[in-house]
Amino acid sequence: MSALHPTTTRFRQNSREALANRNIQAAMSHAQSGFVAKRAAARAALPEFDAIRDAARDLKNEVLRNLGTYLEAYEARVTAAGGHVHWAETAEDARRIVLEICQQAGAKRVNKGKSMISEECGINDHLAAHGITAQETDLGEYIIQLRGEMPSHIIAPAVHVTVPEVEAEFRREHSHLDAGRSLAELPDLLAEARGVLRERYFQAEVGITGANMLVAETGQSVIVTNEGNGDLSQSLGRVHIVMASLEKIVPTLEDAATVLRVLARSATGQEATVYTTFSSGPRRAGDPDGPEEYHVVLLDNGRTNMLGTEFEEMLRCIRCGACMNHCPVYQAVGGHAYGWVYPGPMGAVLTPSLIGLEEGRNLPNASTFCGRCESVCPMRIPLPGMMRAYRAREFDRGLTPGAARWGLGAWRAVASRPRLYGAVSRLANFGLKLLAWGGARLRWMPLGAGWTDHRDFAAPPLGGTFQSQWKGPR
Amino acid sequence: MAEPDAPRVALLVTCLVDMIRPAIGFASVRLLEAAGCTVHVPRQTCCGQPNWNSGDRAGAQALARTMIAAMQGYDYVVVPSGSCAATVIKDYPAILAGEPEEAAARDLAGRTHEIVSFLTDVRGVEGVEAQLSARATYHDSCSGLRSLGIKEQPRRLLASVAGLELAEMEDAEVCCGFGGTFCVKYPEISNKMVSNKAGNIAGTGADLLLAGDLGCLLNMAGKLSREGRGVSARHVVEVLAGETETPPIGEA
Ligand code: SF4
Repeated sequence: MSALHPTTTRFRQNSREALANRNIQAAMSHAQSGFVAKRAAARAALPEFDAIRDAARDLKNEVLRNLGTYLEAYEARVTAAGGHVHWAETAEDARRIVLEICQQAGAKRVNKGKSMISEECGINDHLAAHGITAQETDLGEYIIQLRGEMPSHIIAPAVHVTVPEVEAEFRREHSHLDAGRSLAELPDLLAEARGVLRERYFQAEVGITGANMLVAETGQSVIVTNEGNGDLSQSLGRVHIVMASLEKIVPTLEDAATVLRVLARSATGQEATVYTTFSSGPRRAGDPDGPEEYHVVLLDNGRTNMLGTEFEEMLRCIRCGACMNHCPVYQAVGGHAYGWVYPGPMGAVLTPSLIGLEEGRNLPNASTFCGRCESVCPMRIPLPGMMRAYRAREFDRGLTPGAARWGLGAWRAVASRPRLYGAVSRLANFGLKLLAWGGARLRWMPLGAGWTDHRDFAAPPLGGTFQSQWKGPR
Repeated sequence: MAEPDAPRVALLVTCLVDMIRPAIGFASVRLLEAAGCTVHVPRQTCCGQPNWNSGDRAGAQALARTMIAAMQGYDYVVVPSGSCAATVIKDYPAILAGEPEEAAARDLAGRTHEIVSFLTDVRGVEGVEAQLSARATYHDSCSGLRSLGIKEQPRRLLASVAGLELAEMEDAEVCCGFGGTFCVKYPEISNKMVSNKAGNIAGTGADLLLAGDLGCLLNMAGKLSREGRGVSARHVVEVLAGETETPPIGEA
């Protein structure tokens, strides 16, 4: 899988493989409980949390209603500060723009803070194809870069990797270090990655970061990190490129503060991340540091097509990851099974929106609609409702598999005729009893292997359906 | 038992209860009558949730219309399933939005309740006259919990059952992996989820699993029985109504 080569249509196969992969299973079960408990504690400690969620939702709705106005205001502020805004309609445009900036800067090396937009655009591969080395500096991104993988989570890219796997990777890659060193704990790994990366910060001409928000009022971009790697990436290079999708806009600094109050709490349970960095453009005369050039690449890549549709609310997403942390399907199969850049419930809506329903239609189907994602989403995005809306589009466009379509049609035909339904349900009741040979449960059912391969099915007791037994008032 | 001005309640049986476990229907009737209602069972079919959740809006509309017609004229419609109740309460107005029946859908949604929350929140039931010596654990089915806010009501009523001890499982609010057609469309993922659930159930040392939705119960009971966990399963209303002559789900 890569951004350009999704495996979304193989979701079933991917998920079977992930379920059979011991490392993924060990890593996932380890990570989940931590995220859930921390968010719950953070929420409990802030009585106005739900009110802030409402405010965050409302301010983002305001942005989406007037997106053009806010983007223009933002661009004007960036330009006034000496920066450049580049509009990228597609991922290909973004790749071209970023490459051009790097080439003009004469860059051979690029340092990167964490950016899902750069993943969406496949920037690293594109730069590599043109002789430029992109170095990931976020620990999780560094790990998956060594493994040649995509992130499996939007804020914890290597959540599917176990500590022993990372240790093995580091021993292989960092062969210049003392072979007897201990790498058994996470802090050891973090310290080693820091040491290795520290030298590389000074070798890159360009730093690329993402943006958690873009502030229209001030023209600032905002990143939140826990490792400080984004700050080093962006301030030590001569050129800073911000890659952001255009819905990242918030109107004012005050609004940014509102979003920040729910972002870290929802993501990691922190009140705030260790670093929250506001970038206002290139270094001004008298500034002690900062980049000489400041570029913002604003990616659309299908997002404006979502405006005015039933999927518009997805554009409120602040990429906190809470929906996947609380999703039992995501927790079972991990992020790579989803087959593209964005996994979990948010990915199940975003993926078909951005790469099309034909490619992405498996994802909104892979949900029990348990509703836990919506219940924790800080932006109150109705994720299950939007997955259902994709199923409806799939059905309307005739993409629903034939057997399922037939089954739904048959069920409708039966259940819209009460007498026929009564006869069919009595027959089914009797048939199940027959199949169980008079016993209380079935270990196999015709057409029901998906069920009985894994569990028994309770046969009905004798006596017929409830409605056929009912003798009271109708 | 019911007074002349007793509310007329229609029982929306649900397909699964109708076909697989009528005891849940009879237990519901008993509880509703004890709460002073007269109970009717109009001839009915399916609420349409399978169609709605599969993107078949026209099919869901057809079944919603059938249900609305069946449930006309009762003071309340009560459902022994949070999931089917949520379909009527939360989804019918959306399913029939812009259709001539939209107002009727809203009217039905307003009259419809999940049974346990109906007993506590509408009828003011504080406790039941039932007895069962067991150590039970309660699974919060997703729709009831998150769409309808059912959490403390079943626990409150279960606390009044003589001899019953309630042990909370870990992750009681996490989906069991049933999800309607999900469990047969994605059997391996569903199996992983229900395996986790069976482990959490067994971890309480309970000998009885209770929940408010037969779909989830069939899934969990099937797993518990396949794994030989020695935990029985019943719908919560069976215990509340003292209707425990019928053997537990999947047992003889
Ligand atoms: S959909 Fe909601 S919960 Fe999921 S990442 Fe976006 S903001 Fe967070």
